[in-house]
Amino acid sequence: MRYIPHTDSDIAFMLATIGAGSVADLFAHLPEALRSQAAIDLPLGLSEAGVRSRLTELAATNRVSPETVAFLGAGAYPHFVPVVVDQIIQRSEFATAYTPYQPEVSQGTLQTIFEFQSLVAMLFGLDVANASMYDGASATAEAVLMTKRLLPQRTTVLVARSLHPQYRQVIQTYLDGVSGLQIVEIPWGADGRVDLSQLSRHLDNTVCGVLVGYPNVFGVVEDVAAISEAAHKAGALMATSTAEALALGLLKSPGELDVDIAVAEGQSFGIPVSYGGPGVGLFACRERFLRSMPGRLAGETVDHDGRRGFVLTLSTREQHIRREKATSNICTNQGLCSLAATVYLCLMGKQGLRELAERNVKKSHYACDLLTQTANYQQQFSAPFFNEFVVNVPNARATWQRLQGQGIVAGVVLEDWYPELKDCLLLCVTEMHTRGEIEQLADELKRNA
Amino acid sequence: MKKRTLLDESLIFERSSPGRVGYSLPEDDLPERQLLQDVPVDLCRTALADFPEVSEGEIVRHFTRLSQWNLSAATTLYPLGSCTMKYNPIVNELVARFAGLAQLHPLVPDEFAQGALALLYDLQHRLAEVSGMDAISLQPAAGAQGELTGMKLIRAHHVEQGRPRKKVLIPGSAHGTNPASAALCGYTVTEVPTGVGGMLEAATVAKHVDDEVAALMVTNPNTLGLFEREIVQTCEVLHARGALVYMDGANLNALMGVAKPGHMGADVIQFNLHKTFSTPHGGGGPGAGPVGVKKILEPYLPNPRVVKERGQYRWSNDFPRSIGKVRSFYGNFGILVRAYAYILAMGSDGLTQATHMAVLNANYLRKRLEHEFTIAEATPCMHECVFSDRSFTHSGVKTLDIAKRLLDYGFYAPTIYFPLVVSGALMIEPTETESKEALDEFADALLAIAQEIKDNPDTLKNAPLLTPVSRLDETRAARHPVLRWRKEPMKN
Repeated sequence: MRYIPHTDSDIAFMLATIGAGSVADLFAHLPEALRSQAAIDLPLGLSEAGVRSRLTELAATNRVSPETVAFLGAGAYPHFVPVVVDQIIQRSEFATAYTPYQPEVSQGTLQTIFEFQSLVAMLFGLDVANASMYDGASATAEAVLMTKRLLPQRTTVLVARSLHPQYRQVIQTYLDGVSGLQIVEIPWGADGRVDLSQLSRHLDNTVCGVLVGYPNVFGVVEDVAAISEAAHKAGALMATSTAEALALGLLKSPGELDVDIAVAEGQSFGIPVSYGGPGVGLFACRERFLRSMPGRLAGETVDHDGRRGFVLTLSTREQHIRREKATSNICTNQGLCSLAATVYLCLMGKQGLRELAERNVKKSHYACDLLTQTANYQQQFSAPFFNEFVVNVPNARATWQRLQGQGIVAGVVLEDWYPELKDCLLLCVTEMHTRGEIEQLADELKRNA
Repeated sequence: MKKRTLLDESLIFERSSPGRVGYSLPEDDLPERQLLQDVPVDLCRTALADFPEVSEGEIVRHFTRLSQWNLSAATTLYPLGSCTMKYNPIVNELVARFAGLAQLHPLVPDEFAQGALALLYDLQHRLAEVSGMDAISLQPAAGAQGELTGMKLIRAHHVEQGRPRKKVLIPGSAHGTNPASAALCGYTVTEVPTGVGGMLEAATVAKHVDDEVAALMVTNPNTLGLFEREIVQTCEVLHARGALVYMDGANLNALMGVAKPGHMGADVIQFNLHKTFSTPHGGGGPGAGPVGVKKILEPYLPNPRVVKERGQYRWSNDFPRSIGKVRSFYGNFGILVRAYAYILAMGSDGLTQATHMAVLNANYLRKRLEHEFTIAEATPCMHECVFSDRSFTHSGVKTLDIAKRLLDYGFYAPTIYFPLVVSGALMIEPTETESKEALDEFADALLAIAQEIKDNPDTLKNAPLLTPVSRLDETRAARHPVLRWRKEPMKN
């Protein structure tokens, strides 16, 4: 086996050194009943060529662009990835290192984490960010748990129903078994934003946190400032969750809107959609909540000679020190994806991120105009949106299936997620969709109208 | 202090200059359009004032330089115990980037994703076969999330039996994630005493099992690298009281083709694909932590699950007893692809050989070092070996000093001060992909250090001497946290 270096003579020499008669002897102390039925019933190993051809075959069975066009976002966003990003994360010095427990020989990883934390904190307009979480959904669940840690006497968390349904499912799973915390869903109003009157009806001194999507699952930009103000008046913490992190290149940062804890899925930053993973969870908060934060942190310090260097720090919050009293059970996170996001954000820089966000607005609104003006479909919500929008299409499911036959995925049939949203499609348009593709979508949908 | 061009790399923010760019957007093929007609100005943010402005070439140089400061498994032997830093095959990286896999959106119709679904379905089958479990969920994003998922499954089972129960038994040698995961599921943690080598004894465990115990969390081999000899009897003790067994699969690299957790009595395990199945550790992720369960827990697995009907695959949410979801979509798919490529390459023969050689390597290292370093336990070890600090404490040298000195010899350090049940532990896991020569070089380095302890212990206390930076002040970092760059340093 090419990954294993041992020759017969190596094995013989090593066994002799150990004083064992055979490899089997090394396992002789295991119960016979286990050893006798442990054989693995799988095919024998393949050559490199064999592995490549099997995977080529599987990949070819999937249908991706340009063969098909998918107007899909809803938690995973197709964006252009500069070649530099993938080149850097494939450097094996980054890819094959592990958690930087030995900082003197891990400064590469540690400095990039520090840069990542800095970029994420700036993007969110908040004081501090951690070294990453698994994904946007679990980061959101951790944010909810953190509000409870900070306000342990309170028993309710208010979650916008317009938060991505999978994020809400993950919150529910994480909270199951956590005593003394229940979720109350806050509906959206006619314009697609959180219904503020419903919100205030539920806001009282039992609420530890208020959580909304920013933008929400419909791509709609919530009035976070108003929600923050209401939350804070009731003594609760305000949290936002962003599934499309690129939106923060244009929209007011959570920090500017007086948010306490902000999380996001950072897959848009240089990471392919890859059938939903891996991505990277971004997590930031105000300085004063730092010690309740989950996850890893890199911090600046100096070495014996006074040179700047970076280390993992404040780890007394973490499971390997605090065990059952840790702020989270998270151990490692999404290091290489956070590196991809770091390289991507450095490449895009101050101008590029804004320009790309504006391009997404432009393309998606062009598409929305086409569908509402030329195909005469109704837009479901009137509030401003970023790069996703909802249109009302009669017989949405049948239409969606007809377009599938044409190699077009016309977004998400929202009824699957929201029974109350019959005949609605959630469409996403990014810089990757060409004018021709957008117009083809409109033409196909028009044939329906 | 003199600046060292290749070693004192500025932060990217310090290399920034207004107006420089490192990006290009795809061509704009749309007619002119005013942003403000779409998004009102009062929703727009202030500029990302302190974001970097750097050219593409400078970014490449910055990150390339930084990378060179890292030791990694590709650079050197990386004997981090409990982490299984084996060779990460390059072909895995190639196939994970195939457009048909990397560019596939998770919400495309199942008809467009048959290849991906077939891969996941087959990977589940293969993991089940290796572990002796009945069903697999590939959703958890990491080992710790796998643990959390597993404990949620156990809780769901007990809730259906009438009550969740209150306690989880965990030996002191367990990874910290075990108690943290149990606590996150609302359980109180009871430390169960162990015998020689941190091993569980069924009779002792039995004394701690009552009707409030939901589960035992056990790592096998345990964190001292020792096979739990009474594992079968111990699981029986738990099952007799209606409790279940969670087995931490972190050390599965010691078991493939040798013993299956499913036969030991484990009801649920997690797989760390970044350990046993060769996906790169990435400086701390992404990994993947699928869970394997026995039939008793299958109904509760996370949604959705891949089902196969008449040769076609589809996602199904039709499992009303499911615990729900632990992350969005289906898991860290790109990592699952890499692990799948590895299992294809290894086959049943290769996986078994990996375990054989991993255990041979650990025992060989142990033998080469045992005259100078004190073995934590005399029983035969599996894939890793643990030494205590007993042989050198008298000289004032600490385990940490040995770790730092190893860096000067060009090796990454073993896991240190873990497991907690061993004084000043040095936990060495060579993995099967290290050759005899590499092991000898590593053993020679440690033996040379043992000699230095006798001749000149100060060398160790000042180590490392040959690394890009010298020993870093971790206390200062914690007392005065600086966790991000700011244009104007904050006044503390």
